[in-house]
Amino acid sequence: MTWEVVIGLEIHAQLTTKSKIFSGSSVAYGAEPNTQANLLDLGMPGQLPVLNQAVVPKAIKLGLAIGAEIGMRSVFDRKNYFYPDSPKGYQTSQFTYPIVDKGGVVEIEMDGEIRKIGVTRAHLEEDAGKSIHDAFPGQTAIDLNRAGTPLLEIVSEPDMRSSKEAVAYAKKMHELVQYLGICDGNMQEGSFRVDSNVSIRKPGAPLGTRTELKNINSFRFIEAAIEIEIERQIEIIESGGSIVQETRLYDADKNETRSMREKEEANDYRYFPCPDLLPIIITEADIEAVRATMPELAGEKQARYETEFGLSEYDAALLTGSRQMAEYFEALLAKTQDAKLSANWVMGALSKSLNQNNVAIEDSPVSAEALASLLARIQDNTLSGKIAKQVFDAMWKGEGSPDEIIEAQGLKQITDSSAIEALVDDVLAANTAQVEAYKGGQEKMFGFFVGQVMKASKGQASPAQVNGVLKAKLNA
Amino acid sequence: MSDKTILGKHEVDTISRLAAISVAESEVEQVAEKLTSILDLFAQMEKVNTDGVAPMSHPLDQVQRLRPDVVTETSIREKVLKLAPSSEDNLFLVPQVID
Repeated sequence: MTWEVVIGLEIHAQLTTKSKIFSGSSVAYGAEPNTQANLLDLGMPGQLPVLNQAVVPKAIKLGLAIGAEIGMRSVFDRKNYFYPDSPKGYQTSQFTYPIVDKGGVVEIEMDGEIRKIGVTRAHLEEDAGKSIHDAFPGQTAIDLNRAGTPLLEIVSEPDMRSSKEAVAYAKKMHELVQYLGICDGNMQEGSFRVDSNVSIRKPGAPLGTRTELKNINSFRFIEAAIEIEIERQIEIIESGGSIVQETRLYDADKNETRSMREKEEANDYRYFPCPDLLPIIITEADIEAVRATMPELAGEKQARYETEFGLSEYDAALLTGSRQMAEYFEALLAKTQDAKLSANWVMGALSKSLNQNNVAIEDSPVSAEALASLLARIQDNTLSGKIAKQVFDAMWKGEGSPDEIIEAQGLKQITDSSAIEALVDDVLAANTAQVEAYKGGQEKMFGFFVGQVMKASKGQASPAQVNGVLKAKLNA
Repeated sequence: MSDKTILGKHEVDTISRLAAISVAESEVEQVAEKLTSILDLFAQMEKVNTDGVAPMSHPLDQVQRLRPDVVTETSIREKVLKLAPSSEDNLFLVPQVID
C-alpha cells in the first residue's frame, strides 16, 4: 500500500529590528527576564499600538523576491485566545488581508530536478512571550521579553511530498530571508522557526487529516520529526484508526512525536479586524523604492560567478550557499583580484577549518582581509600553496599576521636560484642509482627527485623553480 | 445567519469559555436572550444589499501611522512584578498550563 505524503510549512521569521512591532521596547536577545516588556507588551489597559515602520519594507522585500502579489491594503486582525504568554488575550496578526498575498513561488532542487513550491501568503504578526514549564512545580513561569517581537509568518502551500523536500524548502527560505537581510536566521535563538503540517493520503484522494509539528529548531530534527510522524500516521491508518488533528511536539532524545495535550480546548480564534490599528496602505512608489534596494539573490549571484569569474557551477553554488559566505568571498576577491585562487581557499582550507571547529564564516578568526594578505604572499611567490596552508593554520590559531608568521617560522619560499641549484645537486649526488634509472628511460623517477628536493628544503623551495632546475640538470 | 437564531445553554457555555467570563447557571437564560438579540441585529444588517461595496475593516478614512524603529522604553520590571499575584526569579508565575 503506497501513501502520498503531504507537507506544508509555516515559517516564523523574526524581522531584524531594534524595537518591537508595536512598541518601543527592545528586542535584543538574551536580556534579563521581563526587562523588555512595557505597558503595551504587558497588555495593560489604555495602551495603543503604533506600527514599527521598519517591518513594512522588509515584508515587501520577501514578497518581491518570491514574486507574490503585495497586499496594497493589509489589515491587522486579532486572533483571540487566552494563554499566559500573551497577556492581551489576543495575538495581533493579519488574517483576511495579509501584507504578502498569493502567487509566491520558491524553487528547490531535488535530485537534479527543479520543484516549485507555492507560497500561499506571508503576514505580519507579533510573537508571544516565553513559557517555562519545568522550573517551578505545578506552575508555569512567564518571561514577556519576546512578546511583541515582529514576525513575518510565511505560509507555504501543501506542496511538499517528502521530509527531504520540506527541509530543502525550509533551507531555501532560510537562505532567502538572510540574503534579503530581513531576518538573521538564527535558529538557536528562535529567529527562524519552522512548523510542519503533515498528512498522508492515497494518491489523488482528498487531503488527509494533518498534524502540526511545532518549534523544531534544526533542519536535521525537522527531517527526523516529519519522518517519524509519517510512520506514526501510516501505522494508525493501516491498523484501522484515524488521525486526530492536533499539535505534536518532537522529542529528539526519544525520536518520537507526542501530543501537546494542552489544557485549552479546541481553538476558535474569532478573528476580527483590530480596531486599534488602521490598514497599512502600500503604494506603487513604496514598492519601487523597495525594489531599488533589492540585493542580488543567490541564484543571480551564482550565475554571475559562473559567467564573470569563470567558476564552475558547483563552485559558484557552494560560494553562494549563504549570504555570509558570498560576502566573504567577494571581500577576498576584491583584494586578490583572482577568483579561482580565492574560491579555492574559501572552499578549501577556510571551509575545512570552519567545519572542523563548528564556526560560522562570519565569526571566522581569519577575516577576508587577513586571508587576502596571505594569498598575496602566494601571488608574489613568497609562499608555496602548501606552506601557505601551514601559515593559514597558524593564523587560525591567532599567531599573528601572515608576514609575522612567515618571519617567525622562517617559512619564506626559497626562490634564490643558486640555493635551489645547490639543493638539486645534493639530491642528485645522493641518489646516483635513481639518476641512472631516469636516464635509462624511467621518466617517472622525475617526481621522486622533485619530492626529495622539496623535502630537503622543508617544503620552502619554489616548486616551479625546482622543476626547471631539475629538468635542466637531468637532461643535460 | 437566519433571523431566527436562538442560542441555547450549549452556545452560551462555549462563548463564555472562549471569552473566559463565567456565567452562573441562573444567568444562562438571560445571557442567551441578550446574545440572541445581538445576533438578530446582525441578521437585520445582513439584509442590506452590499453588492459592489468593498469590505470595510475600519470606519475611519485614514491609514496606519508608523513609528521609527527606535528603542524608547526602559525596564519597568520592578513595578509590574509587584502587581502580579505571583512571581519568582523575575518571572511571572501562573497556574501550570501544560500537562
